[in-house]
Amino acid sequence: MPPSDAAPAILVDDLHFHYPDGTQALDGLSLRIDRGERVAALGPNGAGKTTLALHCNGIHVPERGRVEVLGVPVDEANLPEVRRRVQLVFQDANDQLFMPTVREDVAFGPANLGLRGAELDDRVAEALAAVGASDLAGRAPHHLSGGERRRAALATVLAMRPDVLILDEPTSGLDPAARRELLDVLAGVPQTLLVITHDLPFSLELCERAVVVDAGRIVVDMPTRALLTDEELLHAHRLELPFGFHLSPTDRG
Amino acid sequence: MHAPDGFLNVGTAVATGALSAGAVSVALRQSREQLGDRQVPLAGLSAAFVFAAQMVNFPVAAGTTGHLLGGALAAILLGPAVGTLVVTVVVVVQALVFADGGLTALGYNVLNMAVVTSFGGYAAFVLMRRLLPRNGTGVVVAAGLAAGISVVLSSMAFSIEWLFGATADVPFDTVFGAMVGVHLLIGIGEGAITALAVGAVLAARPDLVHGARDLDRIALNDRPPVGIRAFAIGATLVTLLVATVVSQFAVDDPDGLEFVAEEQGFLESGEDHSFGDSLFADYATRGLGNESASLAVAGATGVAITLAVGFGLFAAVRERRRDPTTAG
Amino acid sequence: MGAGHAHPLHHHGHSRVHHLAPEAKVAAAFATTVAIAITPREALWAFAIHAAVLAGVVATARLPLRFVLARLTVVLPFVTFALFLPFVAGGEQVEVFGLEVARDGLWAMGNVLTKATLGATVSIVLAGTTESSRILMGLERLRVPAALTTIATFMLRYLELIADEIGRVRTAMAARGYAPRWLWQARPMASAAGALFIRSYERGERVHAAMAARGFTGTMPDLGIRRAGPAEWFMAATVPTFALAVTLTALLTN
Repeated sequence: MPPSDAAPAILVDDLHFHYPDGTQALDGLSLRIDRGERVAALGPNGAGKTTLALHCNGIHVPERGRVEVLGVPVDEANLPEVRRRVQLVFQDANDQLFMPTVREDVAFGPANLGLRGAELDDRVAEALAAVGASDLAGRAPHHLSGGERRRAALATVLAMRPDVLILDEPTSGLDPAARRELLDVLAGVPQTLLVITHDLPFSLELCERAVVVDAGRIVVDMPTRALLTDEELLHAHRLELPFGFHLSPTDRG
Repeated sequence: MHAPDGFLNVGTAVATGALSAGAVSVALRQSREQLGDRQVPLAGLSAAFVFAAQMVNFPVAAGTTGHLLGGALAAILLGPAVGTLVVTVVVVVQALVFADGGLTALGYNVLNMAVVTSFGGYAAFVLMRRLLPRNGTGVVVAAGLAAGISVVLSSMAFSIEWLFGATADVPFDTVFGAMVGVHLLIGIGEGAITALAVGAVLAARPDLVHGARDLDRIALNDRPPVGIRAFAIGATLVTLLVATVVSQFAVDDPDGLEFVAEEQGFLESGEDHSFGDSLFADYATRGLGNESASLAVAGATGVAITLAVGFGLFAAVRERRRDPTTAG
Repeated sequence: MGAGHAHPLHHHGHSRVHHLAPEAKVAAAFATTVAIAITPREALWAFAIHAAVLAGVVATARLPLRFVLARLTVVLPFVTFALFLPFVAGGEQVEVFGLEVARDGLWAMGNVLTKATLGATVSIVLAGTTESSRILMGLERLRVPAALTTIATFMLRYLELIADEIGRVRTAMAARGYAPRWLWQARPMASAAGALFIRSYERGERVHAAMAARGFTGTMPDLGIRRAGPAEWFMAATVPTFALAVTLTALLTN
């Protein structure tokens, strides 16, 4: 475990952002995530969760407010550094799998970092093994199932050896078996995690802490289990546990 | 128009190959200027769009269908440089990966289907926009007309290539009349689909229409004095009229065969076309005989295509990177 | 016209032709096609040899004859054109099966048909034995600008996705009774095309974001894939060299 006074993995301070068409996506959002934490970001659609994610890996630059990853401020000058440390798994895996084969996709990132030859091959093998996709290396992305694509996309970013992983709706569209496979993989990664999701049981199983994003700000920040047992709080932010799913505040589920 | 191998002679294949290579390298450089490191993903996805769109059957009449070529559409939406690049990639991949179009015919296939339609189509678009009102409707109508013209330019280019590289004893005017006549009609379909597609993009994401980047929201919605329907009907009628006139070229003189025989005798006596024989294909000028009109048509056609493509190239090179205020 | 097939021709196999390095195959394909294209049309013997050699290559590549013949249908539009030539061409007339046709037209027809078919066969062998991504890699190794080949790579990667989208939209429209027969009824199709362009472009922007997030700054990184060795070039060169020899002989003796 790193020393407690080390820079937080993610530090967002009073972040504001609006899109070209005028919508105010983030309206004074503040959040701190320490290294090693696993945080679920919940909330209604359009709340600003994806926009927040895109600030954390430098795709958007803050228009007002501050974002720091591992002590590095997110601005134009630091983008390469930021991108080395924070990686995002997109909602649509197809957007991240643009090479003819999975192996080439996983190799793309580290090759851009300068790796070559045996070192590159090892890095690729490592990332594929971490997601259980070693047998998919020679396959073309459009021949993969949804779950396989999701894991392959995860491998492409793990190959960058980031410190922080952000996942945007990782379980959407997956069948139960694929979902379980993904969960098992994520449970085993060493990175700090920020998981944007609508899948409440998933957030419970993977993340000890949950924040609710609503109308561009963080409105709730508490342990996941506590949030999910608070029905009123859930409903206030358009959240609901799946039918038949019961939680008591104390049992280990 | 994916011509196979051996359709035109070697000299033509080489010459058109050189022209295409030149135009495409300009397109490559300029699209890099325009898009920076976004060039590869944006052009790649756009090329996928064009390729897929070319596979769609759109209805023409009574259940017969046609296909979009897309060169003008690509140029209007993405700019002439990126447009040419995108369609070139489509044509080259079709030849190499899908075995559609001869490998030695790539020179003229790329020239006719990518370079002439995109650069030339864009030039026509700019010209039409100058003549039409400065609003959304003007853009859409200009797009339609330009797309129709681009298809005709393409067929003209082919006819000129036949003049130089024919491998059969079919005179230039026959080929010209048939090709251009037919493509005037094909152009109606291409024009209509292009206009409607550009209109759809303009309505949802006007910032993605390169050819309309000089218009702001207000100018786009400015009411037009002439309705689109009236315009479309007018344009179609004019096109049909012109197609009828042009296809007359395809019809031989009533005494065509005797005339050609005379020509042969005339030629064998070594008197005619000493210049023509060396530059033009042995065959294509037969039938030009006393009809200096045909040669004039060929000349005018050549000039028109050169001007159109040249202007398109010039427009592509002149555009500064991501400058939203300069009009094409 | 532009309505080719959406499925690349690659016919999976492990013949020696399949395993040749792509740049050698692409270069050989071009050279062979050139040889065929410049063969003088009267040299029927040369065409016969070309055809025999190509048949041998098809056999070595273990490509099913039915597969090759099926893909050869791409030359059909030109077969139609070629069949007209004896009737539209000028020059000396001869009588064939009771019809007056131009002698030059007959030669021209034969010329176009033969070269188109042989050329298409070469293309089919290339496409049939080489995966599309490797064809593009071969082009790049032959010094075609990397930007062009990478754009083509991306195009092929996303083509199926976009074609699928088109399929879904058409199904949805058909389900609501849309069956246009005339050009002016094509408006919804064109609108759909416009919407598809926007979605494709936006995906392009997201792909760019993904590339940038993984360190892309404009040039594709070297992923270290092996080049062809001299032995492979030698093997690939056999066919085009022979074909060129045949053609040269034909040209010289014509």
